[in-house]
Amino acid sequence: MIKAILIFNNHGKPRLSKFYEHYSEDTEQQIIRETFHLVSKRDENVCNFLEGGMLIGGSENELIYRHYATLYFVFCVDSSESELGILDLIQVFVETLDKCFENVCELDLIFHVDKVHNILAEMVMGGMVLETNMNEIITQVDAQNKMEKSEAGIAGAPARAVSAVKNMNLPEMPRNINIGDISIKVPNLPSFK
Amino acid sequence: MALKIVKGSIDRMFDKNLQDLVRGIRNHKEDEAKYISTCIDEIKQELKQDNIAVKANAVCKLTYLQMLGYDVSWAAFNIVEVMSSSKFTYKRIGYLAASQCFHESTDVIMLTTNQIRKDLSSPNQYDTGVALTGLSCFVTPDLARDLANDIMTLMSHTKPYIRKKAVLIMYKVFLKYPESLRPAFPRLKEKLEDPDPGVQSAAVNVICELARRNPKNYLSLAPLFFKLMTSSTNNWVLIKIIKLFGALTPLEPRLGKKLIEPLTNLIHSTSAMSLLYECVNTVIAVLISLSSGMPNHSASIQLCVQKLRILIEDSDQNLKYLGLLAMSKILKTHPKSVQSHKDLILQCLDDKDESIRLRALDLLYGMVSKKNLMEIVKKLMLHVDKAEGTTYRDELLTKIIDICSQSNYQYITNFEWYISILVELTRLEGTRHGHLIASQMLDVAIRVKAIRAFAVAQMATLLDNAHLLTGNTQRNGICEVLYAAAWICGEFSEHLEDPLSTLEAMLRPKVATLPGHIQAVYVQNAAKLFATVLRGQEGAPADRTVAQETSQLLIDRLPLFVQSANLEVQERASCILQLVKYIQKLQQKDVEVAEEVTALFAGELNPVAPKAQKKVPVPEGLDLDAWINEPPSESESEDEGRKPKGKAVFAKEESKHTKPRYTEVDEKELAKRREVRKAEQANNPFYIKASPSSQKVYQDGVGVEHIPVVQIDLSVPLKVPGMPMSDQYVKLEEERRQKDKADKKKKDKKKRREKGEKGRRRKGDSGPESEEDITPAHMVDITTEEMPENALPSDDDEKDPNDPHKALDIDLDKPLADSEKKLPVRTHRPDEVLRSPVDDGEGVEVVPELKKKSGKEKKDKKKDKDRKKSKEEKKKKKHKHEEGENLMGAGSEVPVQSEDSNEVAAPPPATTTNEASDLDFWLSNAPVPSNPQEAAKVSEAPSASTPEAVSGMAVVPPDSEPEEAKDTEPEDTSSKHKKKKQKKEKEEKEKKKKKKHHHHHHHSDGAGDESVQNGNVEEEEPLPPMSNYALLAENSYIKMMCDIQGNLQDGSQVVVSVIFENKCDSFIKAMEFNVLDSLNSKLQRPEGAGPHDGLTVPFQLPPGISNEARFVFSVQSIVMPQKLKGTLTFIVKTDDSSTHEKLDFKLHFTCTSYLITTPCYSDAYAKLLESGDLKGSSLKLEGVSQPFHHLLARICFHHHFSVVERIGSCASMYSRSIQGHHVCLLVKTADQTVSIDAKCDEPGLLGNVLDEIKLTFSQC
Repeated sequence: MIKAILIFNNHGKPRLSKFYEHYSEDTEQQIIRETFHLVSKRDENVCNFLEGGMLIGGSENELIYRHYATLYFVFCVDSSESELGILDLIQVFVETLDKCFENVCELDLIFHVDKVHNILAEMVMGGMVLETNMNEIITQVDAQNKMEKSEAGIAGAPARAVSAVKNMNLPEMPRNINIGDISIKVPNLPSFK
Repeated sequence: MALKIVKGSIDRMFDKNLQDLVRGIRNHKEDEAKYISTCIDEIKQELKQDNIAVKANAVCKLTYLQMLGYDVSWAAFNIVEVMSSSKFTYKRIGYLAASQCFHESTDVIMLTTNQIRKDLSSPNQYDTGVALTGLSCFVTPDLARDLANDIMTLMSHTKPYIRKKAVLIMYKVFLKYPESLRPAFPRLKEKLEDPDPGVQSAAVNVICELARRNPKNYLSLAPLFFKLMTSSTNNWVLIKIIKLFGALTPLEPRLGKKLIEPLTNLIHSTSAMSLLYECVNTVIAVLISLSSGMPNHSASIQLCVQKLRILIEDSDQNLKYLGLLAMSKILKTHPKSVQSHKDLILQCLDDKDESIRLRALDLLYGMVSKKNLMEIVKKLMLHVDKAEGTTYRDELLTKIIDICSQSNYQYITNFEWYISILVELTRLEGTRHGHLIASQMLDVAIRVKAIRAFAVAQMATLLDNAHLLTGNTQRNGICEVLYAAAWICGEFSEHLEDPLSTLEAMLRPKVATLPGHIQAVYVQNAAKLFATVLRGQEGAPADRTVAQETSQLLIDRLPLFVQSANLEVQERASCILQLVKYIQKLQQKDVEVAEEVTALFAGELNPVAPKAQKKVPVPEGLDLDAWINEPPSESESEDEGRKPKGKAVFAKEESKHTKPRYTEVDEKELAKRREVRKAEQANNPFYIKASPSSQKVYQDGVGVEHIPVVQIDLSVPLKVPGMPMSDQYVKLEEERRQKDKADKKKKDKKKRREKGEKGRRRKGDSGPESEEDITPAHMVDITTEEMPENALPSDDDEKDPNDPHKALDIDLDKPLADSEKKLPVRTHRPDEVLRSPVDDGEGVEVVPELKKKSGKEKKDKKKDKDRKKSKEEKKKKKHKHEEGENLMGAGSEVPVQSEDSNEVAAPPPATTTNEASDLDFWLSNAPVPSNPQEAAKVSEAPSASTPEAVSGMAVVPPDSEPEEAKDTEPEDTSSKHKKKKQKKEKEEKEKKKKKKHHHHHHHSDGAGDESVQNGNVEEEEPLPPMSNYALLAENSYIKMMCDIQGNLQDGSQVVVSVIFENKCDSFIKAMEFNVLDSLNSKLQRPEGAGPHDGLTVPFQLPPGISNEARFVFSVQSIVMPQKLKGTLTFIVKTDDSSTHEKLDFKLHFTCTSYLITTPCYSDAYAKLLESGDLKGSSLKLEGVSQPFHHLLARICFHHHFSVVERIGSCASMYSRSIQGHHVCLLVKTADQTVSIDAKCDEPGLLGNVLDEIKLTFSQC
C-alpha cells in the first residue's frame, strides 16, 4: 500500500499532497515538514530509500523519493511495495506529467495542482497502483479533458480567453525552470511494462 | 437561455479562479495568512450563490487551500453539492475535494450514498471512474455496506477501465465491511484471469494485500498464482505475486520447493532489477522456510548471494542498499555464506551514504563470531571516532553494544575487553545512550562473576574521573554511566582495592549537580562502601582512627544531600546520616560495629528474566475472567432484552448457577484458599518472603574462587582513562590464541576435563563447533536469568487488537452458506434489508426480501456471528440434501435478484478438506527433472522441465461456472469441468485420488487431473477418465501425445503441447520438430529461421522418460478444421553407435481447439441470445446412454464449454473462440436422445464444432 504521495520543492513548499489515510490538516502539514526535513538533508548521490518519519508510522513505512531539479517526489509506502517498482512508478509519473504539460516545470504544478491530482488518480487509487502504462494513463487523462472541454462549450470560451489574457502579463512564468533531465537514474525502466 | 449562460460566464470570468488564487498568494508573501483569510471570505460568498460553476470554482480553490493546511471541513456540504452536479467537470472537482478532506467522521458523507450509487451506474465510464476514485479515499463502513453490491456488479463491467477500478476499491470495501469479503471473493478470484492485464494486475494487487495480512486463508490460491507467475509477463504483477509467495512459503514449505525452480529461472533470465531483487527475496524466504541442509539448495543460496554481491558492488546506491537489505535476510539462516563477503560489508561502512552504512551495520551484527568479534568492534570503534556528533554515531554505539551482547554474550571471549570497550564508549560526547551503556555495565558485572573485580576497578576509575563525564551540561546523557559505576562499586565493594578513596570520590560536592536518581544511588552505595571500609579496618585495631575518620567524612558530606530537592536523595541521605551518627557514637565507645553494618547490605541480587512475570502460569482453578462480585443488575436486564430466546436461555442459566459460588464462601473454603495461597507463595520466586534464608543461590553454585582463571598478562596500565585500552586486548588475544594453540597438545588431557566442567556451567555459551577451540580468556560464569519454576514455554506475542485486518481473517475456502451468498441490498437506510439472527441461525428459508433489521439488531448479529457460522456449517453438512431443495426454491427468484446483485458469485461448495487436499495434491506434485542435465537446461524451457506443475496450471479453471451452477442447482457439481492435461503418471494419481474419496471437486485451480475424476454428488459414479492428449504418432523409439489449445492472449495463436516419451533403452537427443506450413497455419519459428526449418526440442530424453514441449502456431481463419503434416527427427544414441531416425505425424487442428472455456453469467448470456446477432443450428444424438451430467462434463472437457445454467435435464452452455466468436449451446436430453440447439455468430465454425461434438459421442 502507498500511504501518501507528496511533492514539495527544495524549500519544503508543498506542491501536491495526497494522503491515503486520514490525518488532520495540522498533522498533514507536520508530516510534510518532517518528510521534507528527512529527505532534504540527504545528499544527491545517496540511495532513494529511507525509513518513514515518526508521524507517518515510523519504521513500518518507507519513504521512496526522487529529486528532480526543484522538486522532490516522495512516496510513503509499506512493506508490500517493491522499492524499485515504486521508483519506476515515480519515473512514470514524472514522465506522464511531462507529456501532459508539455515539458513540465514546477510552475505547472503550482498553478494546476488539480490537473496533477487527476493524472495521479489514473495511476494510483486508494493507495494501490492502478496503472503503470504511461500511454494508457495519458489516453484516459486526455479523454477526460476532452469531455471537460466539450462540456464547457461556448460558455467556456470567454473564461478561457480571460485566463489567457491574465497569463499573458506574467513575467513570473518563465518556462525554463524545467523539472530537468528526467532521464537520470533510470536503471530499470526499459524493462518495465 | 444561451445568452443567460454566456452572461453568467462573463460575470464569472472576473471571479478569482485557482490560478488567480495561487498567483495572489505568491504576490502576498509577507502577509499570506491575511490574504488567504480574505480569499476564504470570498469563497464563502461564492459558495452561497446558486450557480454551480461558481461553487465548483470555489471548491477547487478550497482544495488548494486544504493542501496548504487550512481546514475546509466547513464546506463539506458544498462539496457534496458540487459532487452531485451533472457535469463531469464539476463532478470531478467535487470528488477531488471530497477525497482530500472527507473522512469517517465527516457527517455529510451519509448524504452521498445515493449520489455515489447513481454515479457508479452512470452510462459515462468517467463518471463512474471519478466516483470510484473518490470513494476509495473516503469510504466508510456505512458506504461500504451500502455500495458493496453496486461495486461488485461493476467488477464485471464491460469496460476494463471500470473493472480495474472496481476491483481495486474492493480492498477498501473489505476493510470497512469485512462481511463482504466472502461473498465477493469468488468474483475477485475470477478477475485474476481477466483478459485485460490491468484488471488482472488490480486483482493480484488486492489479493496480495489481503493475503499479506492473513496468509493462511489464501494458501489454496497458490496453484493459481503459480500459474500466473509462470505465464505473466507484466513485471508489476510478477513482483506482487512473488512477494505474496514470500509471505505464503513460511506456512507451506512444500510450496517453497515448487517455487525454487521457476524463481531461479526468473533470476537468470530477467533484466529488470526490481524483479530480480524480489525473486531473490522470495528465494531467501523459501530457503528460510525449508529446513536447510538440502544439498541442491546450497546452489540457490550461492546464486542469491552472488547476485546480491553484484547489486552491492553496483554504483547505483539504491541497488547497493537493497542488496545489503536482502543479504541481512540470508544472514539469519545461512550466516556462513554471507560471512565470506565480510570484506564487502566492511567496505560499505565507509560509504558516504548513511542509510547504506546503517544497513551494513545490521549485517555486521549477524556476521560476528568469536574469532572476529574483537576485530569488527575495533573497526567500529574507529568509525565511532570519525563520526563525532552525529546520530550515526549513536547508531554505531548501539550497534556495538548489540553486537557484543547478542545471544547472551555468546561471542565474547574476554569480558575485560568488553568492559574496556564500554568504558571507552563513555568518552563519547553528547550521546543519548548513556543509559544503554550503564545497563550493559550492570548486566555484565552482575552476571559475569569472574569479571567483577576488574569491573569494580574500572568503575572506581570512572567515579574518580566523574568530572570528565559531567564537566559539560551538554553531555549529561553520558552521566547515566555513573549510576552503574556507583552501584557496581557499592554492591561489589569487597573487590575494591581502596574503598576509602572511592567513597571519597562519591561524596564530592560536585555530585550534587547530577540528576536525582543518580545521586540517590550514590548516597545508598556510599553507605555500602562505608560498611566495607569499617569491616576492612576493624581487623587491625591500630587503624581505628581511619574508621572514625570515615564516619566523620560521611557526617560532613551527607548534609549536602539531605538538602537535596530530590525526595529520594533527601530521604536516603537523612536516614543514612542518622545511622552513621549512631555508628560514630558506638565507635567512640569502642564497640565493634562492622558486622552489624555489613548485615544491612547482605544478600545478593539475582537477575530476573524479562519475561518471567508473564510466564507465571495461571494456577489451576483460577478464572481471571470470572466476576468476583456479581455485576450490576442493570447489565443483566440488558442481556435479557437483547437475547430474546434460544441460546440466551443457556447463558442466563449459567449466570444463575455461578452466583452462589462466589457469594457464599464459608470458613472452610477460606482456610483452604489460604493454604493454597501459601503453597503458591512458597513456589513463587517473586514473592518476597519474610525469612532471610529464602535468599537465592546461583544455579550452578560454583563460587568465584573455584573458577579456574587463565592467567593473562595484564601488563597494560588499565587505569589510565585517557587511552583506548581495548586495542591492547586485541593484540593480547591474538598472542594468547597462538600460545593456546601451541599449548594445546600439552594441555589436551587437562582441558578435556575442564571443558566438561565448563559445559555444565555455561548455558548461554554454545558457539559453533569450529570455534570451540577458541578458549575464552576468562572462564566466565554467565548466570542465567531466573524464571519461575513452572514457567510456560510459549512465547506468545500478542497481535495488535486494533488491526483492521484482523476482521478480514476469514476462511475463504469454506463454502458460502446460502444466506451469505447475497450481500445485503438496500435502498434506503430506514428499511435496510438484512438477515435477522433467527433466520440466520436456522439457515433455512432464506428469502432476502423478508429480512429486515434495525441497526441495533445488527450489532447482535455480529456477536452471534461466530456461533452461527459454525452452526450453519454443521447444518450444511448434515442437510446437504435439504439445502439443495432450498436452493432450488431460491432458483426461481434468481432473475429478480440478479437485477441488483448480479447473480451473486458464490465459491464452489467444495469442503475445506477437499480444498486442502487439492492443494496437497498440487504441492505433492514435485517437479521431476529427470536428470541433472535437464535441470541445467531449465532456463531454456522452464515449462518443459516441470511438466506437471505447468501443464496442470495451463488450464483456465472456469471458476465462475460452478458458482453459476450452484445458484440454480447444487447437485450439478460435476458438470463444470475443464479440460485437463494428461500426465504420464495419470493412472497412479487416479488411484490415489480414489482412495481419498473425492466427491465433488469444484474448486480445482489447476489440481492436476481434476477432470479425470469428475465425481458427483448425485450418484457417486465416477466419470471415465478423460484426456485431451491424443496420440499424435508413435514408433518403436518414441511416442508423441499432443494437446491443442487456443491462446487466450492472442487471437491468432494456437499452442500445441506435445509430450515426447522415450520408449526404447537408448538415449534420444537432438530432436527436431518440423511442420509443413499451410496458407492458413504456420509454425512460429524464432527470428532468422527459414520457413522450412525445424524447431529444436529443448531437452533430451533418457530411456523411459517423457517430457513436454510447446509449439506455437499462428492461424488466420479458425472457421475450418485443418490438418498439418509434420516430421520429428532425432538421434538415437546407444553405447556404441548413434542413428538418425524420423517419425511423421499429422497435426489435426479441430475447431474445438480454437475455443476457450470462458465463464459467462446468465444475464449476459440472455442478452447475447436476445441480441439476434447469432445464427442457429442444431444437432440430435440418438442412443446416448450416459447420464446427463456426464454428457455435460464431456462437452465441457473436450470442447471447452462452460455451463451457464442447468435446470433439470436441460442446460445452457457457453464458449468463446480465440477470435471472439460466441458459441452458445442449449442441451436437452430425453430417453437417450440428446438434442443440441446451438447459436454462434459464425455459422461455419458452429457447424464444425457440432460435427466434432457428434464425433466425440459416437466414439464413446
